[in-house]
Amino acid sequence: MKFTIQWLKDHLETKLSDDKIIENLTSIGLEVESFENIPNELDQFIVGKIVNADKHPNADRLKVCDVDIGKKDLIKVVCGAPNAKKNLLTIYASPGSIIPKNKMKLSISKIRGITSYGMLCSEAELNISKESEGIIELSSKKYQNKIGNKYFKNTSPKIIDLSITPNRPDCLGVRGVARDLAAAGTGNLISLSKKKLKLAGNQNIKVSIKKDKNQGCESFGSCLIRGIKNVESPKWLKDKIISLGQKPISAVVDITNYVMIDLNRPLHAYDADKINKEIIVRNSKKGETFDGLDNKKYILEDGMCVISDRSGVLGLGGIIGGTRSGTEKNTKNILLESAYFNPRSIRKTSKALNIETDAKFRFERGIDPNSNLAGLEKAAELIVRICGGKVSKFNNQKIKNFKSNYIQFEISLFEKVSGFKIKEKEIINILNNLGFETKVKNSKFKLKIPSWRPDITQPIDIVEEIVRIKGYNHIKTIDPEKTRSKSTLNKSQKLFHFLQRSVASKGYLETVTWSFTDEKINNHFRENKDQIDIINPISSDLNVLRNSIFSNLIFYLKKNIDRGFNDLSLFEIGPIFFGKKPGEQLTVLGALKSGRANRSNWIEKDRIIDVYDAKRDLVQTLVETGFSREKLHFIDQAPSYYHPGKSGKVFLSKNEDKPVAFFGEIHPNIIKNLDIKTDSLVGFEIYLDYIKDTKRKLRERKSSYHFSDFQKSERDFAFIVDKHFKVQELVNIISSVDRNLIKSINVFDVYEGENIPSGKKSIAINVNLQSLDKALNEKDLDHISNLIISEVEKKSGAKIRS
Amino acid sequence: MSDIKKIKDEYIGKIKNNDSFDNLNQIKTELFGKNGVIALEFKKIGSISVEERKKFASELNLIKDELQNQLNIGFEEIENKKINSKLQNEKLDITLPERSFNQGKVHPVSQVIDEISSIFSEIGFSVEEGPDVENEYNNFTALNTPDNHPARDMHDTFYLNKEKDYLLRTHTSPVQVRTMKKGKPPFKIIAPGRTYRSDSDQTHAPMFHQVEGLHIDKNINMGHLKGCLNYFIKEFFEVKKINMRFRPSHFPFTEPSAEVDIGYEIKDGKIVIGDGDKWLEILGCGMVHPNVLRNVKVDPRKYQGYAFGIGIDRLAMLKYGINDLRAFFETDYRWLNHFGFDPLDVPSSYRGLSR
Repeated sequence: MKFTIQWLKDHLETKLSDDKIIENLTSIGLEVESFENIPNELDQFIVGKIVNADKHPNADRLKVCDVDIGKKDLIKVVCGAPNAKKNLLTIYASPGSIIPKNKMKLSISKIRGITSYGMLCSEAELNISKESEGIIELSSKKYQNKIGNKYFKNTSPKIIDLSITPNRPDCLGVRGVARDLAAAGTGNLISLSKKKLKLAGNQNIKVSIKKDKNQGCESFGSCLIRGIKNVESPKWLKDKIISLGQKPISAVVDITNYVMIDLNRPLHAYDADKINKEIIVRNSKKGETFDGLDNKKYILEDGMCVISDRSGVLGLGGIIGGTRSGTEKNTKNILLESAYFNPRSIRKTSKALNIETDAKFRFERGIDPNSNLAGLEKAAELIVRICGGKVSKFNNQKIKNFKSNYIQFEISLFEKVSGFKIKEKEIINILNNLGFETKVKNSKFKLKIPSWRPDITQPIDIVEEIVRIKGYNHIKTIDPEKTRSKSTLNKSQKLFHFLQRSVASKGYLETVTWSFTDEKINNHFRENKDQIDIINPISSDLNVLRNSIFSNLIFYLKKNIDRGFNDLSLFEIGPIFFGKKPGEQLTVLGALKSGRANRSNWIEKDRIIDVYDAKRDLVQTLVETGFSREKLHFIDQAPSYYHPGKSGKVFLSKNEDKPVAFFGEIHPNIIKNLDIKTDSLVGFEIYLDYIKDTKRKLRERKSSYHFSDFQKSERDFAFIVDKHFKVQELVNIISSVDRNLIKSINVFDVYEGENIPSGKKSIAINVNLQSLDKALNEKDLDHISNLIISEVEKKSGAKIRS
Repeated sequence: MSDIKKIKDEYIGKIKNNDSFDNLNQIKTELFGKNGVIALEFKKIGSISVEERKKFASELNLIKDELQNQLNIGFEEIENKKINSKLQNEKLDITLPERSFNQGKVHPVSQVIDEISSIFSEIGFSVEEGPDVENEYNNFTALNTPDNHPARDMHDTFYLNKEKDYLLRTHTSPVQVRTMKKGKPPFKIIAPGRTYRSDSDQTHAPMFHQVEGLHIDKNINMGHLKGCLNYFIKEFFEVKKINMRFRPSHFPFTEPSAEVDIGYEIKDGKIVIGDGDKWLEILGCGMVHPNVLRNVKVDPRKYQGYAFGIGIDRLAMLKYGINDLRAFFETDYRWLNHFGFDPLDVPSSYRGLSR
């Protein structure tokens, strides 16, 4: 909503300064987006300072100047003036500006091989004097602090640009804004001057509103104005139209636009001679067409509110008129429409046809249903004054009578919500100034709501009006109490934060990527999950919700590799989706690691990142989270986006039914397909939802503390087992031999090849033994060693290597 | 008598002038060997008169001890010399790089969410969450934004089906609805999370982060709202004083509604929050609309309170001098390294939010 401050003063009598008015607008909830002069051709002449002036390499008489115009970067300008020198303050004209003397438009141009962005001006070029020798030399005393400022003062009117919230249609008219300001003490609302308008003869074009289903038009006011001359608008009116950022068209059109902005009262003028007999307001039938004033042809659906005559559709009521009945320069007789259309109907139709107009914007939010005649009056008076002609009596057809709404309101509600008190008298005053009629009895109000305030329907709305006009600065600041009755985070939130920092502490950079992704990449990681399409994606490569953290993570990993970073560790923790319904999502931590370890390191040998790197980071994270390493159970199956032979899934214990994590090398086909140039790419995923919420706290889960001071002993074993036999199982067999004596088991060698039968492998294991009760002697150790060997041989088919 | 003194002086001199292990061993044998000098002297005891014998023996013992002692010192010195010269040869260039390590980082959005949670935790808020996919009812209708309301146009919504009843939440406010529906008042929660709008340019991203706040109890008024936000902003920006301005505004789900601006100034090309005469809009808030309370079965005659919504990314940008919103989501390794936080840097109230 844009208008000049002068226009506001047509309705508001005030002694306050412009800046104060602007401040008050914001403080009553009419947010000022900007308050600036109408842009002017001369705005582009800016005070600048020559920071450098070097000789042009290809021309003796030209200089290449770096000019400071108060922006971040210096501007390069080629200049022929002999007085262009370092530290000179002068006037700079940017490309696009028009030189006042010769009306030439500046463009970026190459002068003898050097690009010049604009020009430094002489006084003659700016019509300041006849002095054309050299560029202007500004006094450094006066202009030293004005670098970057406009040289010419812009004297055009200042425009207020308000951002009006959707609940305040009444402030889509200048008068509504003035009324709000007046209520808040920023001057007085000037009453509308009632100029006597002579009305002669009947409005003899019949108007009828059909009682169709969901008829969008509730009332239709009109009058005929005969014998006009549709001249150009007078200057004051043109200026107002220009200040709106629009082009003046003709007096009749400009007047209807002016009244719309002035009173928030959209109008429409028809060339009365182009109407076939009568006006019928009805629902459209599917397939009807008309040519809109925006030069588009519209094909209508059933049930849209149209203004028609006997020949067909003239326009869409409250949205857009048609060319068939439009006014032109030679129009003699007009029918002026001032109607009320239902917001819901306007919204439905304009959405279906994708039309955005000023009238639609206002009707959709709700204009004053009682303003039909006031609109006709103001417009007709202006038309007669500017275009001549005679006005008929007003006709106002209605299918629904507007009924005022009433609200019961108690001051106590205001105090309870706002937390402060205002005197009853002041409340009455505020409400009256806003147009409410008030009846008060024992601090209980009966309020009649003004017809232009469709947003006000219940007592809380009244509270808002009073606080808003009184000023939010009256609300006290009550310091919060520092008490806590409930813990801040629940268990799963704590887990989330713990995992996030645990993985980051292993050298991974956390990232945040979109929850949506490219279907093509996502398909690599989707498995058997449903694809979840976004109906209106922001772009075709962000068209589905991600089924995996990897979909985006791998995309950005590749981008970084393409930037020249090879050894990357990235992770994200966030939602993945398996359905389009609320709640069909899981929280997953996904991590990727690429490249080599110890690249270009003088002391350590570099090596390729492998699956055991991923496994280390995953296992350490789970252990840090509080799960026992000994209980973790690994199975060599993983989703298909992992290398089938170099991947696995992890259970918190052998008895759990759902894996909490996967890890492995990313499938080589995906690396190839996405053209990721890396030596190696591994990753892991932790499913937070599958980590069951343990009832007991970590400290309660810890076993009691026992230790032994007796001699610790070690024994090494080498078993020859089947090549596919899992070490995990071997370790389990050994540890179950004697859980009290066996303290730890380490695998220190795995070997296949020479001296080992084909299809077999040798596993070397170190077992740590210690008793709580005594020092183990040779006999004890031999006994336990033999037990280990016999158990392993019995349960795994392994042979001890002699 | 003087014999043994002579022996002593002679050998102490020998030991002192020696710097070889082998020579010392040689001396040791000469002195203490089976037929060594000391043994020979002891053998003389028998041939000494009884009266002098005692004296001689004790002196000889003293000399023996002293020589022994001197020998040990000699050995030790040689040992030390050997070690010292060995250490000299072992001198490394300790300016060579250490074994490699990788420092991980936590994303600024995560860090700021932790900072926010820590601040609100102090004044008794707990953290709630809701799903990213919402139904149309929770996101709009329950929040007093009916189907035909123009306010829906302010949210460019991503839809997941043609009927438009499943969507990506456009704000964190549906968590209010979920929290109040499943529980009983009082409510005192914050809800940080991802939000989505189909809007993308320099200053808008299709996904961003908000934190919702909700405090419902019997007598919570606008003064409490002001106090809570004033506290939060001061704590978050870690300043003693903050210029704050409440402006009336409109959100369908709060009434009265307000937007909050904070004062700032530009110092050396950087935004400084706190004092200053320029205003920066940072959040929207208001008293929860009675219609919303009715929709979630809370009696607005008994309970009332406030809600607010803050853009997390924007807070992070202001606090940590990040210019470009879109960079948050572009996973540039250099950016993450530059703006990320060390994982051990957990914001807390006793230790401070940031270092």
